[in-house]
Amino acid sequence: MAQVKNRLTPFFENITFDRDDNELILNFGPQHPSAHGQLRLMLHLQQEQIVKAHPDVGYLHRGMEKMAENMIYNEFMPTTDRMDYIASSSNNYGFALAVEKLIGVEVPRRAKVIRMMILEINRLMSHLFWLATTALDIGAMTVFLFAFREREYLMDIIEGYCGARLTHAAIRIGGVPLDIQDSFISQLRTFLNKLPQNIKDYEDLLDSNRIWLMRMEEVGTISTEMALSWACTGPMLRASGVAWDIRKEEPYELYDEVEFNVPYSDKGDNFARYRIYMEEMRESAKILYQCIEMYEKCVKDGQTELMAHAPKYISAPKLDIMTQNYSLMQHFVLVTQGMRPPVGEVYVATESPKGELGFYINSQGGPYPYRLKLRAPSFWHTGILTDLLPGHYIPDVVSIIGTTNIVFGEVDR
Amino acid sequence: MRAYKPKDNVQAKPYYTDRYYVAPQVPKQDVASDEVFAADLEAIKAKFEVKEAYIQVGQMVIYINPHDIYSVLELMRDELEYTQLSEMSAIDWIAKSNQFEIFYQMLSMTKRKRIRVKYFIQNGQAVDSVEKLFRSADWAEREMYDMFGIEANGHPFMKRILMPYDWQGHPLLKTYPLQGDEFAAWYEVDKIYGKEARDIIGPELRDTARVDRYDSERFARLGFEVPKGTEITGDEQPHTESYQEEGGVFLIKKFDKESSTVIDDPQR
Repeated sequence: MAQVKNRLTPFFENITFDRDDNELILNFGPQHPSAHGQLRLMLHLQQEQIVKAHPDVGYLHRGMEKMAENMIYNEFMPTTDRMDYIASSSNNYGFALAVEKLIGVEVPRRAKVIRMMILEINRLMSHLFWLATTALDIGAMTVFLFAFREREYLMDIIEGYCGARLTHAAIRIGGVPLDIQDSFISQLRTFLNKLPQNIKDYEDLLDSNRIWLMRMEEVGTISTEMALSWACTGPMLRASGVAWDIRKEEPYELYDEVEFNVPYSDKGDNFARYRIYMEEMRESAKILYQCIEMYEKCVKDGQTELMAHAPKYISAPKLDIMTQNYSLMQHFVLVTQGMRPPVGEVYVATESPKGELGFYINSQGGPYPYRLKLRAPSFWHTGILTDLLPGHYIPDVVSIIGTTNIVFGEVDR
Repeated sequence: MRAYKPKDNVQAKPYYTDRYYVAPQVPKQDVASDEVFAADLEAIKAKFEVKEAYIQVGQMVIYINPHDIYSVLELMRDELEYTQLSEMSAIDWIAKSNQFEIFYQMLSMTKRKRIRVKYFIQNGQAVDSVEKLFRSADWAEREMYDMFGIEANGHPFMKRILMPYDWQGHPLLKTYPLQGDEFAAWYEVDKIYGKEARDIIGPELRDTARVDRYDSERFARLGFEVPKGTEITGDEQPHTESYQEEGGVFLIKKFDKESSTVIDDPQR
């Protein structure tokens, strides 16, 4: 192809205008390493203080809702991985649960336990990733390396289960595709036994670190009213004084059978959010220990089913497909045409590591959803920057973006 | 004869549907079956017209008049403890009735209940912004405008949010093709190189499944692959494949298999 001269005007990383009123406009991103993705923030500055913030998103928009309207339900599952790619199984799960509610199937107990283990591993992975990147943004390189090392162990476990490290697609509508591998429990136990000491290491490095405290304490304070008004959920809401955890309040899977606490704080600042992430890791470990026991009990009781039995919507087990004529026919129809859920709509919210992950599905009885709305927590946690940043100083911007824990796969969808 | 394709809905269609298939319904329960919802509905009905109300999959759905939305949500927030607007968006029913259906997903944390407030508007009609009640509606309404072209009256900054500001068309309409329309195909070419470069560069292909690097129609010719559509003459040069490890791994000068250890346990 011939060389064509392009017309893009030279782009400067930081465009600054000196106005009459001495206001500066600083363009933060969309390629800023501390923005955790493609966030463009237009900051209006008076000296170093922000007077107006305008987050601009959409650089990672892939039109997932549109794609969903053109795909059968099972086809959409790997696409959900690309939303919150730090904890992709939680997206898989949110979608699977929404469709299960729509078609009204009950998942076998063993699959539920496996799902819970995967979800909590994802939560730990996400929180470790959050800690690592936020600490790195503030300058704590050691914490970054420590936390990534622990995350690596979890990714190894997940890789052993589903073969992927980031985009898992580890959950199916109606259950899970596979039983966990033999080494899963022992590896997980080894990890969990080390985790309390690891978390203590991070805290020793950070809790009394002068730089960390300067960027965390009394910075980015979100009041309860503001958090509610901006539809904040997850750690963002719990740090602002509302002890609302969907796992506790509207339990799904077997969360009503396990014992765990919901850490919350009424401070609302960066430090409160940091503390909540650390405490949640401990709670996740607690849940995982209980899941291991539940799993071992399932094995002892001989509960082997991993997928729900609903021939209209869900394929039979592989053995049946290979041996039974009718199962094969059913499987063929479900793969080529897709399941046809009943006419109706459903909104299902689950507690993803970032907050309330909601799937609204409107089905008109066809194999494609008529409308699918993805309610991603990070979208609102980015929006709140509009109201949160004014009044803060430039060095605080990075730490505030860090503690909001936004992931752009999810913001832009 | 060319197959008829409806213009008002260009989404993927099932290639086969049983003529006698009647889709079942997700069951709806009466609102009276739940005390909390029944009380909420009474409080709303006392002041506003509720066209329809039912419970589906554990959540109440109510249909109201479009002009009541601000006052209904205000009542729900201040008196019925529905303190969060989790989500709001629209559904495109233009092909069926030239209408949009707007839904607001409300959450009460004290009652642990969710209500979906809905109403219909005509195509081209604007909705009332609820941004003054819930700041979350600021971005939600912008997204709805971006995706469907439904404007919100009283919104402070009614601009696109996910698509570029100078985009044309609203992607989530059923009339908008998945791979983008004519405008989308030329958007970046025009912007970066200018209209006069259209002939040289060609339209942007947004079909991610499209593969034109390899010949997928004729049998594979291992070592003698040609790009798709190329005529095979018979005197193609063979591709030689080389591996990085050939002749030893880069940087490793001495490697003694006997004295090395293999780590089996990743969590050593």
